[in-house]
Amino acid sequence: MFGNATAFEALFDELRRMEVGFDQMFGRRGAPAGIRSVARGTFPPANIGVTENEVHVYLFAPGLDAKGFDISAQRNVLTVSGSRVLPINEKATYFRQERFDGEFRRVITLPEDVDPERIEAKYRDGVLQISVGRRESAKPRQIQVK
Amino acid sequence: MRDTQELATQPSATSQRTDRSAEYPLIPPADVLEDTDGITLYIDMPGVSKDGLKVEADKNTLVIEGELQFSLPSGMEAVYAELQSTRYRRSFTLSGELDAERTIANLKNGVLSVNIPLRAEVRPRKIEVHAT
Repeated sequence: MFGNATAFEALFDELRRMEVGFDQMFGRRGAPAGIRSVARGTFPPANIGVTENEVHVYLFAPGLDAKGFDISAQRNVLTVSGSRVLPINEKATYFRQERFDGEFRRVITLPEDVDPERIEAKYRDGVLQISVGRRESAKPRQIQVK
Repeated sequence: MRDTQELATQPSATSQRTDRSAEYPLIPPADVLEDTDGITLYIDMPGVSKDGLKVEADKNTLVIEGELQFSLPSGMEAVYAELQSTRYRRSFTLSGELDAERTIANLKNGVLSVNIPLRAEVRPRKIEVHAT
């Protein structure tokens, strides 16, 4: 269904992190944390993958609609904010309230070679997928030996 | 001969890796509330579509399972993951006054809502007081 099941699994694999300033949530104890890293459990959680031409950010933010997100990028820093206000049933007794309620904001440092002019986003099944183009110069180039 | 057969049934390294998702599913956050009609649950399951969702309710248990499914660009390499499984699973025990057979489930934008009504005979009834 996904063409490459292994790649899909890998996107959710643990102990993968970017080399450019993501937090060390599952890393060595006492190692310095990325300056924009956040505590575990922050809403919405993010997974990130890269291809030769793009960086893909997946934010797991269910229960919103596509217009509910404010996405901006300055150089290689991507900011996604919005709010999820859950309706309260006044006549009901709540036994559990585990779901995130309120405003959120995530700031993600992308690799240096991204182009903030080329960003696309789509929202489906509660997942916000943001793809950011990478600059030509970042792509591996075949060097011809003369 | 017996040894060979046993070896043949050993899972390969690849399938063990894939099984990790089944072994450690994500526990999706839930809101559970009750009003005079019954119990309602709201469960966050982003990335799950109707096809990847399974909701099972019998007399004693409600089991919710979901498979994360979306297409990835080809040649993508994962670099960072906060969500570390492709499967959600959560279960709740039910009590006898709930009518599990009339459970209704609805999935929208990655949020699953499940309503389990109270049996008609146990619904609180407003007692009218007649003045004499």
